[in-house]
Amino acid sequence: MLSRYSIFSLARNALSYHEDWPRAWRSPEPKPAYDVVIVGGGGHGLATAYYLAKNHGITNVAVIERGWLGGGNTGRNTTVVRSNYLWDESAALYEHALKLWEGLSQELNFNVMFSQRGVLNLAHNQHDLRELQRRINANRLNGVDSEFLSPREIKSFVPIIDLRAGGRYPGLGAALQRRGGTARHDAVAWGYARAADALGVDIIQECPVTGFQIENGEVRAVETGKGTIRANKVGIVVAGHCSVLAGMAGFRLPIHSLPLQALVSEPVKPVLDTVVMSGAVHAYISQSDKGELVIGAGVDPYVGYGQRGSLPVTEETLAAVCELFPMFRRMRMLRQWGGIVDVCPDASPILSKTPVRGLYINCGWGTGGFKATPGSGWAFAHTVANDAPHSLNAAFSLDRFRTGYLIDEHGAAAVAH
Amino acid sequence: MAPPPWRTEGENIEMLVIPCPHCGPRCEIEFSYGGQAHIARPSDPAAVDDQEWANYVFLRDNTKGVFLERWVHTHGCRKWFNVARHTVTYEVLASYESGKKPPKLTLETLV
Repeated sequence: MLSRYSIFSLARNALSYHEDWPRAWRSPEPKPAYDVVIVGGGGHGLATAYYLAKNHGITNVAVIERGWLGGGNTGRNTTVVRSNYLWDESAALYEHALKLWEGLSQELNFNVMFSQRGVLNLAHNQHDLRELQRRINANRLNGVDSEFLSPREIKSFVPIIDLRAGGRYPGLGAALQRRGGTARHDAVAWGYARAADALGVDIIQECPVTGFQIENGEVRAVETGKGTIRANKVGIVVAGHCSVLAGMAGFRLPIHSLPLQALVSEPVKPVLDTVVMSGAVHAYISQSDKGELVIGAGVDPYVGYGQRGSLPVTEETLAAVCELFPMFRRMRMLRQWGGIVDVCPDASPILSKTPVRGLYINCGWGTGGFKATPGSGWAFAHTVANDAPHSLNAAFSLDRFRTGYLIDEHGAAAVAH
Repeated sequence: MAPPPWRTEGENIEMLVIPCPHCGPRCEIEFSYGGQAHIARPSDPAAVDDQEWANYVFLRDNTKGVFLERWVHTHGCRKWFNVARHTVTYEVLASYESGKKPPKLTLETLV
């Protein structure tokens, strides 16, 4: 039985020098069969399993993960959470996620350290400004909080920024979503894993998928490194490797897998208490609770599965960061890494049924999946449980590439890709 | 593969060195990417339905392993050509002119 985390459990465990905390989740061997198998133990997969159990009463569920929980993009992103997307379909999905974020620590009884410190998107030229205004208006019509800041207001909000008009990247204005912010990425995976496990979900790590058994166009079982696991339904939630998994099931996806890199600096005293993004210069930056600057760069432009980024991209990003924040010029970077992001032609995700009956796919989140974790799992669980999409994700089908109803969030999301 | 002329043998170059078939080996920042190579436009467009158009426009191999892809030498001769590259190790195995068949490679795929 799961023990609740609270001030009392903290005090009780302090008496035993914190050496007797129970495991947060079990590590069972896989059963021969499940109602639902979720492939991929990142945030989205674990959230899917949690909402399957909680919202739909389906608890005979396994989450199988090739490596360890949250070891892929969940543990590699820059933890920015926001919902200020342009189009109605995206705004609805990401705003639903943001509302779930706001109660997530209480819901999961796990501190995901969600910090609504605000997310600022900078405009550096007249075109940026017009697009920014358009997006702010679209956000407000959709009930998403978004406001415009003049250069003077930016400067008072982020005093260390350099907005000089004579500089390389003049700051002419910014969009601010005050409800946006950051969260602790590992805690999201661990919190969902612990809560799903408590509801009966089996979490099986170090279990790579090697194939699917498909009969008469319907999925029957998943072949894994720990043997064959029969399943009535299977959900693929694997981000960068979605094309590889889809290939095993015999269909193709409109996805490119690209390396996206991030880096952190040495820790310093608190200096930046918000998230600053600039889509135009491919850089975004925030400061972690440990004091490290967390910097996100753009994607490498070519298909790649090596989890690192190329140095020209690092250089471009750091050059921009140094222009915007001259005081960071002598900071040293401690770590740099890459995650493999699954980018769709319209930069919007796919949460959909597939040509194989009983097989569902959740992919294509590209460079911005972390913020959507709760909403993605919530909507995908509905899709798997009911064999039909929720109204939140009906537009994000695989079929939209045939109908032409694309949800183009490339420049519109004002993100760095 | 030989290093570009301004680099010495054995020097560690932390970016792709792409052999342009016309200009020789150059660093990746001189090039732009064009995605999967050898995708043929439907020869009879009027006879193609929406699904086939969608396949032609959007569906791509996203190979984990040796991948044949298009590059253009934007800051050089500005010609398009094809490259065989390993998408895990990022080794550039061969380059060849557009319209030519790929050279013989062992096209094994890692998973």
